[in-house]
Amino acid sequence: MLLIHCPYCDETLPEAEFTYAGQAHVIRHPEPSSQTDQEWEEFLFIRENVKGDHFERWRHFHGCGRYFNAVRNTVSDKFLTTYKAGAPRPQLSDLKEGGE
Amino acid sequence: MSLYRVAGKGRVTTAKPVSFSFDGRTYKGLEGDTVASALLANGVHLMGRSFKYHRPRGPVAAGSEEPNALIGTRRGPGRFEPNTRATVQEIWDGLQVTSQNKYPSLKFDIGAVNDAAYMLFSAGFYYKTFMWPKSFWHKVYEPFIRAAAGLGVSPTEEDPDTYASRNMHCDLLIVGAGPTGLAAARAAAMDGLKVVVVDENPEAGGSLLSEPQVQINGQSAWDWLSGELDALQELGVKVMTRTTAIGYYHQNMIGLCEKVTDHLAVLPEDTPRERMWRVRAKQVVLAQGALEKPLVFNGNDRPGVMLAGSAQTYLNRYGVLVGKQPVILTSHDSAWHAAFDLHDAGAKVQAIVDTRDSVNEALQKEARDRGIPVKLSHTATGTSGRLRVKSLRVNPVSGATVGAGYNIACDAVLMSGGWTPSLHLFSHTKGSLAWDDDRTTFLPKETPEDCVIAGASRGLWGVAAALMDGAEKGRAVVAALGKKANVQDYSVEVDRAGSGVSHKELPTDQNPGKAKAFIDFQNDVTAKDVRLAVREGMRSIEHVKRYTTTGMATDQGKMSNINGLNIAADALGKKQPEVGLTTFRPPYTPTTFGAFAGYHRGDHFEVVRKTQIDSWAEENGAVFEPVGQWRRAWYFPKSGEDMDAAVRRECAATRASVGIFDASTLGKIEVVGPDAVEFMNRMYTNPWTKLAPGRCRYGLLLGDDGYIRDDGVIGRLSQDRFHVTTTTGGAARVLNMMEDYLQTEWPELNVWLTSTSEQWSTIALNGPNAAKLLQPLVDGVELTEEAFPHMSCIECTVAGLPARLFRVSFTGEIGFEVNVPAPYGRQLWEALWDAGQQYDITAYGTETMHVLRAEKGYIIVGQDTDGTVTPYDAGMGWAVGKKKPDFVGMRGLARPDLVAEGRKHLVGLLTEDHSKLEEGAQIVFDKNQPIPMTMVGHVTSSYDVGTTGRPIALALVEGGHDKVGDTVYIPMPDRTIAAKITDTVFYDPENNRLKIGSGV
Ligand SMILES: [Zn+2]
Repeated sequence: MLLIHCPYCDETLPEAEFTYAGQAHVIRHPEPSSQTDQEWEEFLFIRENVKGDHFERWRHFHGCGRYFNAVRNTVSDKFLTTYKAGAPRPQLSDLKEGGE
Repeated sequence: MSLYRVAGKGRVTTAKPVSFSFDGRTYKGLEGDTVASALLANGVHLMGRSFKYHRPRGPVAAGSEEPNALIGTRRGPGRFEPNTRATVQEIWDGLQVTSQNKYPSLKFDIGAVNDAAYMLFSAGFYYKTFMWPKSFWHKVYEPFIRAAAGLGVSPTEEDPDTYASRNMHCDLLIVGAGPTGLAAARAAAMDGLKVVVVDENPEAGGSLLSEPQVQINGQSAWDWLSGELDALQELGVKVMTRTTAIGYYHQNMIGLCEKVTDHLAVLPEDTPRERMWRVRAKQVVLAQGALEKPLVFNGNDRPGVMLAGSAQTYLNRYGVLVGKQPVILTSHDSAWHAAFDLHDAGAKVQAIVDTRDSVNEALQKEARDRGIPVKLSHTATGTSGRLRVKSLRVNPVSGATVGAGYNIACDAVLMSGGWTPSLHLFSHTKGSLAWDDDRTTFLPKETPEDCVIAGASRGLWGVAAALMDGAEKGRAVVAALGKKANVQDYSVEVDRAGSGVSHKELPTDQNPGKAKAFIDFQNDVTAKDVRLAVREGMRSIEHVKRYTTTGMATDQGKMSNINGLNIAADALGKKQPEVGLTTFRPPYTPTTFGAFAGYHRGDHFEVVRKTQIDSWAEENGAVFEPVGQWRRAWYFPKSGEDMDAAVRRECAATRASVGIFDASTLGKIEVVGPDAVEFMNRMYTNPWTKLAPGRCRYGLLLGDDGYIRDDGVIGRLSQDRFHVTTTTGGAARVLNMMEDYLQTEWPELNVWLTSTSEQWSTIALNGPNAAKLLQPLVDGVELTEEAFPHMSCIECTVAGLPARLFRVSFTGEIGFEVNVPAPYGRQLWEALWDAGQQYDITAYGTETMHVLRAEKGYIIVGQDTDGTVTPYDAGMGWAVGKKKPDFVGMRGLARPDLVAEGRKHLVGLLTEDHSKLEEGAQIVFDKNQPIPMTMVGHVTSSYDVGTTGRPIALALVEGGHDKVGDTVYIPMPDRTIAAKITDTVFYDPENNRLKIGSGV
């Protein structure tokens, strides 16, 4: 069972408290009507299938209830970092220098 | 004393005889025996029949890796367990043991005909033999395979035992209490470090238990062991025996299964049979040791053929000679010591047959001193004996030439093909492995976890090496924990570290295509099967494994994988690492469902959610149905009524006077805040800005793909407060979706969302007399068409209780939903029930609710929609706000596929012959078209006669809205039913009955 750090609670807690919520940084355009069919298709359906470091969302469901973002390696299942929703997408190179 | 018991040997208690039964016959063993050691002490080797060929089998090992000696154990009703390894199960007075996979008896088994027909069962036999004709599969092949091949039978009674689940946090977990693990524990045993050592055996010691001759620090191994365990206990180290580390999971979480009572004659009160531990350790030392490899030769599975190291264990740990005239067959030094130990205990060792042409002179001298014949450069090409080995056929080998064979009479063959490090838990960590040519095995390399692997499990043989490496690795993890380790020196004598060579199948002078040289004993896979798989095109070991099933039995190939790999690599002409090793998966040994389930059984397996009114329904004879986790009253039969009759009566009574319904399970979400109306505008299709406080509206929720996700009536209680209802099953999903949009797309909106599903008890009153019944109980509002019209809501008092009162209808009748704080639910129900007696009030359940709503064409999301239905498909375009700039799903509704012609529409269906359709039945336009027909939709809801006088159905049909009046066909197995497409509203299409005082 993974241990996951909630950036809102600032606690590292068992995976069972969290739910996965799909790829991160998929932004819903503020004016959807302005979107072409292809743009809307990409927003709705097109997702990455990363072997490696993946930007994804989790929700601290059985805790504070907040959605947050994470970078997890899909091969090792290790979390490189977690950060609050709305925070900028971190640079992978920064994470690796300071990380493990 | 039993026939094969050796006085003065072993750790069993001679003074404590134990009596148990095997296949109905009583045997005597000693306290400390396993079923296998006790039976071997009685001269019994035949303990089971093999999986495919029903070949007679005896134990080949002495520990948890045993593939052959699988038994059933019984302790009274419900306490039967199949596929237990006889080498692990400890005996106790009264234990009942049965052999498996035999008919009619172990000694004479009819299924052994499979053995003669072995060509049928060769590699890939499932794929080839039974492919054609298809219809034979169910009738002939599958019953044949099921009857002929298999392990034990499942118990049929409920398990009366309890199983516990525990968590543990520690600084250091050590897996394996052999010399390596104990030395690591000693290095770390100190104040301030929580150190735990686990071992699957009943006692700690590992290989020391089988090697009493070793001297450690001037003491005999067993004296040292006992002193060391005392010292560790003194230092606060927790040693858990009968505890298997079954799996290594992420971030140093290790699963342990502790067997608590299986070895006890009398079950203690209030004690679980097993405990599943979830351990989170800061550091882990893996010291699982090594497993001995069998040699692969014709007839290597006959009872009496076993691993040399195991024979040594039976002798030294249990005081049992596995044979009195054993022959040794080996490619490794370690088996020579087994020969010497058995000789010294009184056995007449027939010969030591070694495949190597040169062996350490000291060993040869020891053999000569004991008068044991030695045969180097030999191979083995066969065994004889029906139920027990009688002779071993050996041949001299010179270069590539196998000379003439001759037989050596014996009553046991003790083989050794060398040792394989136990890498199971290390591999669970996704640790990488490196091929080691010298030892012909994989060794551990790197792991992403905070874990080290030590001793024999990284290829170091002998007690001295184990102790040194354990101490060194122990010091390393203690340093990683920020402490200074204890330093302990070990001097070891009479150690037996040896070396050897590794083989594929042994060379033979006979037709290798006819050899029954087993690799995987439990799944009956031979060397020939693996070579056949390679010839037939399997290139990866993963394919060879699946094609032959080698390594796929309950022992997971502990003994067989490396032999399988060596032979596959040889057949492919590749190096082993290019062929690869199959993946080790948890659990390490078979683990009971009980241990995994723990407390989650019976009522604790899944929560049953009950409303406050559930007890009234139960007292009044309701039949219940599960809806999600909820238990809901389905219908309320009077005596003699079946469901159809009860539902017809409930429907009629509601339409004629008044019905009462428990709607408490409806999902409820409170949407509050200055931006609540803006949030509602963005979430739901409908416009909310102009909805006045005190009014409600039917709300439709889509996904951004444009498909219907949920629906429900939503009341605006004040400018900044909405009472949102959702479907019963959708409450959590809808709140999750709302939170997602609020938190991540529109964080600027000032809105709070609160789940209130369980805060309110909700009671629905429907029928022409509903207002008359309710009015005298209501304070704060007149229930008239003017003061409180259809789709109104208000906070008021009902029967003296604070209430939120909604005027809504899910039946087409005058309807109210009264919400009171949940605990008052039953009080309100009874008040309404009493007040309703003068109107012959009728309680109805979910079935009547469904019929009444279907008669009005009200949809149920998830039944009449399936995640691909738009509001327009459902005929609910009226619920979509046309002037809003955006809402979830608005852009989705404009997608090309969603505006295309020919979409499926929700319509009504009336059958011509007045029969009831089946929900899910497929619909076609042309009943005379050839099969396979073109299906154009399906029935989503269907009900027997309600109040319209005939069965009705809703269906999704291609272009259905343009086909009202057409006839479609529903082909069923026995006939084809014709039905007419209609509007979805079957009853009171003008909605006259919704009005108070309309006089209907
Ligand atoms: Zn949190």
